[in-house]
Amino acid sequence: MAEKEAHITVRDLTMAYGDFVVMHDLSFTINRGDIFIIMGGSGCGKSTMMTILIGLKSPAKGQVFYGDVDFWGSDPPTRDRVIRRAGVMYQSGALWSSMTLAENIGLPLETYTDLSPARIREVVELKLALVGMAGFGEFYPSEISGGMQKRAGIARAMALDPEVLFFDEPSAGLDPVSAHRLDDLILELRESLDTTMVVVTHELASIFAIGSNSVFLDAAKRTMTATGSPKKLLAETSDPTLRLFLTRGEKS
Amino acid sequence: MAASGELQLEKTEEGSLTVALGGSWKLGQELPSADDVLHALEGMPGTGRLAFDTRELTEWDSGLLIFLKPLREFCARKKIAIEESGLPQGARKLLALAAAVPAKKDARKAERKVSFLAHVGNETVDFFKAAGDMLAFIGDTVVAFLNLLRGKAQFRRTDLWLIVEACGGQALPIVSLICFLVGLILAFIGAIQLQLFGAQIYVADLVGIAMVRLMAAIMTGIVMAGRTGGAFAAQLGTMQVNQEIDALKTLGISPMEFLVLPRMLALALMMPLLCLYANVMGILGGMVVGVGMLDIGIIQYYSETAKAVNLWNLGIGLFSGIVFGVIVALSGCMRGMQCGRSASAVGDAATSAVVTAIVGIILSTAVITVMCNLLGI
Repeated sequence: MAEKEAHITVRDLTMAYGDFVVMHDLSFTINRGDIFIIMGGSGCGKSTMMTILIGLKSPAKGQVFYGDVDFWGSDPPTRDRVIRRAGVMYQSGALWSSMTLAENIGLPLETYTDLSPARIREVVELKLALVGMAGFGEFYPSEISGGMQKRAGIARAMALDPEVLFFDEPSAGLDPVSAHRLDDLILELRESLDTTMVVVTHELASIFAIGSNSVFLDAAKRTMTATGSPKKLLAETSDPTLRLFLTRGEKS
Repeated sequence: MAASGELQLEKTEEGSLTVALGGSWKLGQELPSADDVLHALEGMPGTGRLAFDTRELTEWDSGLLIFLKPLREFCARKKIAIEESGLPQGARKLLALAAAVPAKKDARKAERKVSFLAHVGNETVDFFKAAGDMLAFIGDTVVAFLNLLRGKAQFRRTDLWLIVEACGGQALPIVSLICFLVGLILAFIGAIQLQLFGAQIYVADLVGIAMVRLMAAIMTGIVMAGRTGGAFAAQLGTMQVNQEIDALKTLGISPMEFLVLPRMLALALMMPLLCLYANVMGILGGMVVGVGMLDIGIIQYYSETAKAVNLWNLGIGLFSGIVFGVIVALSGCMRGMQCGRSASAVGDAATSAVVTAIVGIILSTAVITVMCNLLGI
């Protein structure tokens, strides 16, 4: 097993909306090649955590390190450069509604690469095929179902072959087969491209299928209560809230 | 048809109260209130037990449950034992389910009443903050515009042409109608007064100068504020709700360059053209009154107008048009990007955009008028 190298480090993080503290004192490390699950009950601040990691919201306290770079301590151009090497899949896909799927996935390619239009079309077709949507390039986001929008969103997040991919509730609203295919896609991407994945989810099947590391955010205590591989946590934890979560509410 | 719910209280021995429920306890009917029982319980401080007798109960639904729930809570507080064996089994199970998760204490945000002074203070602070946000937005726009001049702005040319078509070509019908009618009205009002002096030929001057210098730009500006400013705010506001603007930001594409710049350019290009067109329509409207009501010949009307309207008037009108176009675009885009994350927020953003744009248009008209006065044009 290759030695773990820290990719993203969070130190003493506190997230707040004005005076309302969502979570405090969060410290964890996401290693390269991890599939890192951010999990917790509803309303615990998982999505807020993600917005802080991707640069959309600043933390009330604490630091986020990408490698050695203090993300929130740097100026906006540096932050831009860091986040350009990340891909983000938003909860409902967040596809630009005035553009077709092909144009959606093609925009990052047009903006940041020198590829010819024909080449870009080839890459777009490839990314769509990877998420099982080959041939849907000319459709508009309003013309496809919610699950398909999510998959197109993933294709767009992968467009530039980023080093780290963020997923915000990827399986929410997907049928079981699509959710399983999505898990397989995530594992495959990690195998072939060694991409680090950060997944915000509370879908247990996915958590156990793909998670190699995780952090559990306790909504009642407003802080993190556990980190580690989800399977190990299930076997070893004594925290009742975590146990309840990992066993889908059956106290064992 | 079952009789509607009936309630009877029986005080039995050893400080216990039996509540007998009969008839139909369904929501649509007039049902006895739990307060009756609560009053009775408060009137009998020694009571230690509450029991139920539902032998006469024919049917029930949520009506029964909302009667029982406050009783349960009261008894729990006062430590009175409840015997639920007399209740229907389904009702018992539902009550247990409703009580399973304790109510969250601080879930509802506290609504504090603020005094009038505090309210004024809050509004003032908000006003200065809003002014600061507006300045920041204008600054960002200038930066994006400078990037454009350097040829490094990131936006799609197709977006620009689509917006040009929507706010330019598609606005012609309404601009025609409104400016034609404004010219007509101006001429009509002027004509009545000028006729008293036999000076009705000067209607042509009046309409010409008023329309070309001022009215065409203002009316077109207000039409565009409502039509296009609201549209921009709604478009960008919905994008904000759908996280599409977040997606642009995390891809490192500046929303200012991608979304705001094409809109501003489109309006700045189209407004002068629309103003020119509006000038013609306004003068035509005046001509209809002049020819139809005042018996001025068409050629005569035309040459009088041409004599009165000079290039300075035209220049000021077109300059105002460009300024108004930029104001409408900025208001629309700014309110759109400041939009909250709900459907009503999009509506608020559209309203605010139109109001801001109209206020901006009138303020800048005042400024331009004062400046022209000072410069003697």
